[in-house]
Amino acid sequence: MINSLVPLPIVVPLLAAALTIVFAKFRVVQQLIALASLASIVAVSVALLAQADDESVVIMDAGGWAAPLGVTYVVDRLSAIMLVTSSIMLLVVLVYAIGQRGSEATHPAFSPIYLVLAAGVSASFITGDMFNLFVAFEMMLAASYVLLTLGGRPDQVRSGMTYVVISLVASALFITALALLYSATGTVNMADLAERIPELSSGVRTGFSLLLILVFGIKAGLFPLFFWLPDSYPTAPGPVTAIFAGLLTKVGVYAIIRTQTLLFAPDSQQGTALLIIGGLTMLVGVLGALAQDDLKRLLSFHIIGQIGYMIFGLGLFTVAGVSAVVFYIVQTILVKTNLFLVAGLIDRHAGSSRLSRVGGLVRSAPVIAFCFAVPALSLAGLPPSSGFAGKFALISAGLDAEQWLIVSVALLVSLLTLYSMTKIWAAVFWGDPEVEPVQVEGRTGAGPSLMVAATMATVALSIAFVIFAGPIYELAERAGNDLTNPAVYIDAVLGADR
Amino acid sequence: MRRSLILEASVRVLYPSIIVLSLFFLFAGHNQPGGGFVGGLAAAAAISLRYVAGGVRAVRRSFRLDPWTILGVGLVVSVVTALVPLLLGGAILEHGTLKLHPPLLGEVKATSALPFDIGVYLIVIGLVLMIFEAFGEDSESELERVEPPTTPAASVRSEYRPLGQHGSARLWLTPDDLSETGDAAGSDSSGGTRS
Repeated sequence: MINSLVPLPIVVPLLAAALTIVFAKFRVVQQLIALASLASIVAVSVALLAQADDESVVIMDAGGWAAPLGVTYVVDRLSAIMLVTSSIMLLVVLVYAIGQRGSEATHPAFSPIYLVLAAGVSASFITGDMFNLFVAFEMMLAASYVLLTLGGRPDQVRSGMTYVVISLVASALFITALALLYSATGTVNMADLAERIPELSSGVRTGFSLLLILVFGIKAGLFPLFFWLPDSYPTAPGPVTAIFAGLLTKVGVYAIIRTQTLLFAPDSQQGTALLIIGGLTMLVGVLGALAQDDLKRLLSFHIIGQIGYMIFGLGLFTVAGVSAVVFYIVQTILVKTNLFLVAGLIDRHAGSSRLSRVGGLVRSAPVIAFCFAVPALSLAGLPPSSGFAGKFALISAGLDAEQWLIVSVALLVSLLTLYSMTKIWAAVFWGDPEVEPVQVEGRTGAGPSLMVAATMATVALSIAFVIFAGPIYELAERAGNDLTNPAVYIDAVLGADR
Repeated sequence: MRRSLILEASVRVLYPSIIVLSLFFLFAGHNQPGGGFVGGLAAAAAISLRYVAGGVRAVRRSFRLDPWTILGVGLVVSVVTALVPLLLGGAILEHGTLKLHPPLLGEVKATSALPFDIGVYLIVIGLVLMIFEAFGEDSESELERVEPPTTPAASVRSEYRPLGQHGSARLWLTPDDLSETGDAAGSDSSGGTRS
């Protein structure tokens, strides 16, 4: 019974978290447990992806209670793609964190909490139950509160406060939405909900659709609910920001994609609203980024811009649009994690992440310059980068759907992103710093070898992503087909002979 | 540290009884109201009583293990219980039941959900201990700064000497109770009045 792989991405990190708590006094043992568990999750996720691509949906009922009574774990193509991407990123960032000595990452609580975060992220992708999705979000958020403020510096606590309050408001809204959903339909199982929601009146359906967009939009950083993101992410330690930037907002986007495509029939999907939100999110993200001087804040605004692209693709609600989003999500996770890892290296190398204080890195640390150039080109969407393939897919889907306005906004934002990236390049890698940087003793090279190796691994992954863009896009297209045809998912969970 | 005689004496009775109640909740949990989480909360209430009566040192005395060890072991127990059915070819979290009929006791039912509950119970206790470890220390040291510990008390009365500069809660023994000579309002320097 090979389906027994399904719950492992949740359970193994939790077990590892427990063991790392017990071995809190032995740093090396902790790190080995964490590395081994995340590496095994990568293997499990790849196996699940192969299986899901074969059978299209793999399920397991927790406790042997069948849906809709019990909690069902469901891995379809989208979940499996997200699992593989997230587990690889979690592993790479952990290696980077271990390499960064003398930081919060060496705190004895870091490994357990990081593993709980990993379990929460996996659980969000695997669960087929709305309440379980809430639990998974809480696991992830509770862990992220601690990771964000682990250093205990005043600025971390201040911005952590904003983050915690915003997240708690989102959680309160989420649980309220769940209560309303349950009182309207009598179920929280997603497949069962998909069957019951069409029985509701159209106003109620629209209400639920918008409420869920609002709830997950706060987490994903959609316009106008993004303001907390560039404020809180940059204060966290380097690896933590990288994993937050790469994964957490994308979990919100995943939840939007899952709920909007599965739960709501085409007549109650909020296509136009999503397109408007997506366009505004792109614009605000990139305009915010242009105004920033601090590298991490600048990149945080770009996270928001990228989220806009995904919402744009989803808002089309065509097979091509949704497939392009699936493809785009994977590449943006790679690129964003990569950029923040490089930002951490620059911070460490030059002692600052302000554009005006750093300069000439192309001579003093060419390795960092290379690691930055690849994802920066991707973010701007220049060929032959992975970002080009993603944006090309999105825009051609937009052209097919004849949404001229949003397509032109997307192209404009892409141009502005390119401008923003050249601004970073000119300030950080060329030229001399306006203010003489504080020379940190003994940090002349690119940085500790493990950190550089982890960053290089993400660069290699995004290059591999371009090389295998064809097969990956075909996979994304199959996932998009599943998402626009939810009957497959519903039949697999509830059984075809209902 | 200032202590209340009534509280101290009642905690000695209450602590073991609440722990027994929490164990009852733990074992009854699989088919009656209760369970690991509720049981753990009841035990946490008992621990909080100890904290109120004796401060963080009294809490430390009640559990020899480090709080995080208790929490970690609890999580290991729970997760392993969830995993075992997977290894046996079932679904995750699936559980089995065993009914025994030992003499005198009637029917005894054991389910494999019990270890899971025990794990949850330990997690809750470990978490509460960690909370007291993290937040309980400060107020204690603050009080110690006001009046450092003195030599062992010669009598109960001298042990329950108050700090003097705090408010007028009449649960505490005051110098008036000890000396019984001066009038109440005059000797109470903190401005508290006897009502």
